[in-house]
Amino acid sequence: MWAMIVKEFRQLRRDRRTLAMMIVMPVILLVVFGYAASFDVKTIPTVAVGPQAAAAAGALGRPFDVVTTAPARGRAWAQQQLRDGHAAVAVVTGGSRPDVLIDGSQLFTAQSAIAALSAEATKAAVRSAAAGQPAGASVLPQVTVLYNPGLTTADVMIPGLAGVVLAFIGTIITSLGVVRERQTGTMEQLAVMPLKPRDVFLGKIGPYFAVAALDLAVVVGVGVGLFGVPFRGSYAVFALGAVLFLFVTLGLGILISSVSENQGQAIQLAFMVTLPQVLLSGLIFPLSSIAVGVRWISYLLPLTYFNEISRGVMLRAEPLGPLWQPFLLLALLGLVVFTLATLRFRAFLAPAAPRHRPGRAAPGTPQLAAPGQGA
Amino acid sequence: MTGHGATVTDGWWGTESVSVMYGHRVALDRVSLRAEPGRVTAVVGGDGAGRTTLLRCLAGALAPGSGLVHRPGALRTGYLSAGSGTYPDLSVSENLAFRAAVYRLPAAVARQRSEEFLARAGLAQAAGRLAGQLSGGMRQKLGVIAAMLHRPDLLVLDEPTTGVDPVSRADLWWLIASAAAGGAAVVLATSYLDEAERAVDVLVLDAGAELASGTPEQIVAAMPGTIGVSDERPEGEAGWRAWRREGRWRVWDPGGKPQDPVVAPDLQDAVTVAALARELAGARPGVGGHD
Repeated sequence: MWAMIVKEFRQLRRDRRTLAMMIVMPVILLVVFGYAASFDVKTIPTVAVGPQAAAAAGALGRPFDVVTTAPARGRAWAQQQLRDGHAAVAVVTGGSRPDVLIDGSQLFTAQSAIAALSAEATKAAVRSAAAGQPAGASVLPQVTVLYNPGLTTADVMIPGLAGVVLAFIGTIITSLGVVRERQTGTMEQLAVMPLKPRDVFLGKIGPYFAVAALDLAVVVGVGVGLFGVPFRGSYAVFALGAVLFLFVTLGLGILISSVSENQGQAIQLAFMVTLPQVLLSGLIFPLSSIAVGVRWISYLLPLTYFNEISRGVMLRAEPLGPLWQPFLLLALLGLVVFTLATLRFRAFLAPAAPRHRPGRAAPGTPQLAAPGQGA
Repeated sequence: MTGHGATVTDGWWGTESVSVMYGHRVALDRVSLRAEPGRVTAVVGGDGAGRTTLLRCLAGALAPGSGLVHRPGALRTGYLSAGSGTYPDLSVSENLAFRAAVYRLPAAVARQRSEEFLARAGLAQAAGRLAGQLSGGMRQKLGVIAAMLHRPDLLVLDEPTTGVDPVSRADLWWLIASAAAGGAAVVLATSYLDEAERAVDVLVLDAGAELASGTPEQIVAAMPGTIGVSDERPEGEAGWRAWRREGRWRVWDPGGKPQDPVVAPDLQDAVTVAALARELAGARPGVGGHD
């Protein structure tokens, strides 16, 4: 048995990446997730509209953070602010009593807003009772929850969960693509074939892309059919977001594969990339609740943007225009992944000279490029 | 990119003074190889001699640290890497279809050639089988067929016959010879000297450097000294110049005095002598730590 233990230790020592993952990763993950794991909503972006907008804004205490006060605007504009994700709460004044609109697609923020409003209302009622006024004399706002009136968890989760499922399956499956070539010895063969790095990358993700796109359509279909999640927006906008997201996710798998030496390493790394997405993408914990020191990671994750797009389109019928930011950032991520993967492939496919000390092996021999290189 | 005309008859492919270093280790030291169309050139040498590195440079899988590689474009080069270079989870015909498509062969031509090669290699019945389920020899044959399917101008084969039974070896040599007959310059690595004797030209590598080159006859003729045979290993210094072959001891005499009895050397003897000569001269550049 001792011999076995020694052998395993020796093998473990050789596999630096696994060792690092066993020792360093748990600490990093705990710290990152610890800072991310927060349902506490400290600030709620709010807009105030209507004639008494300024007064309403002044009356709102924490956690409401009034980002815009627009006395000239009305309810329609306020609602558009919520739809486009600029605010989570809108106070509409001008009627007999103020209207408060809450974006139900941001579940925890909405719940916090409702809790804060009812606390305010209770305080106001107590104050007026103490002042000897009849109950109800203070003006209680009319609260309307938009997009997810029942504050149903499924409605909020399923658009993002579709992305999680695809991120996991897509990244892990494609992460095996290149290491498999290396292990069967066919990488060497690919290297000399008349193929461009781009051909290899796109050829690798093409089939998975088709399957994953179908898969995503089925997952969303099941979510709508089985859980009654609404699909209020444009299919085309959703599809465009899905295409970009799948490109990044599958491309990430290929990139992981190209930097891994074997299938085990590739799967480990794929998990390392997909696991944080579940917690950091805003799917479970609101992005605004995540500590700033960790939140920047969220903005590097494709699921964060897919989440924004799918919730926006499915629940709030958000059009393409106001979603330009997540679309642009997804496209940028796609470009980065594609570029890095292609560069990695170039290293295999148009090999560079191994490290060479001039004058040692071939004194006086001119350094000349081989003709036909990279053809 | 290269036309299939003049370059095949006029040109030659190969390396000129190619050197490769892996870190501090010299893998190839100024090795030149000339592969002519229609001829088979064998690269022989022991383990770690640099055969695979040289073939990788020639095929374009590795850029040399210095020196020149003359090679037709990727479309006109065929390469069998160490191992069979085929996909175990694709069938024989699917593997060939992939190669044909990558090398832009018209479907009809690809089908006709695949059938012809598979039939001549005794693989016709296996066309539908997964490459991973083939025996070692069958897989090697598939690898060679895949490498030569597009009729390359330069065919580079890394150990096509290693671990292959004699019947499959004969099939493989038929394939190799037919590629050469079709005008390809064939370069193959082998660890079998009897196989190298079937090649037109031979390059012997030892520790990354050229040990001998030429036709097998030229290499034998260039051998210095003579070879004697004895039943026991000679005592003393001569013992360092002796090796066992066919149950007896062969002793190389660099001085070339007639011995009793003297044998006519073959390629195997000549290569052994060349290696001994280098070892005794202590002139093995790049071997071991030279810092």
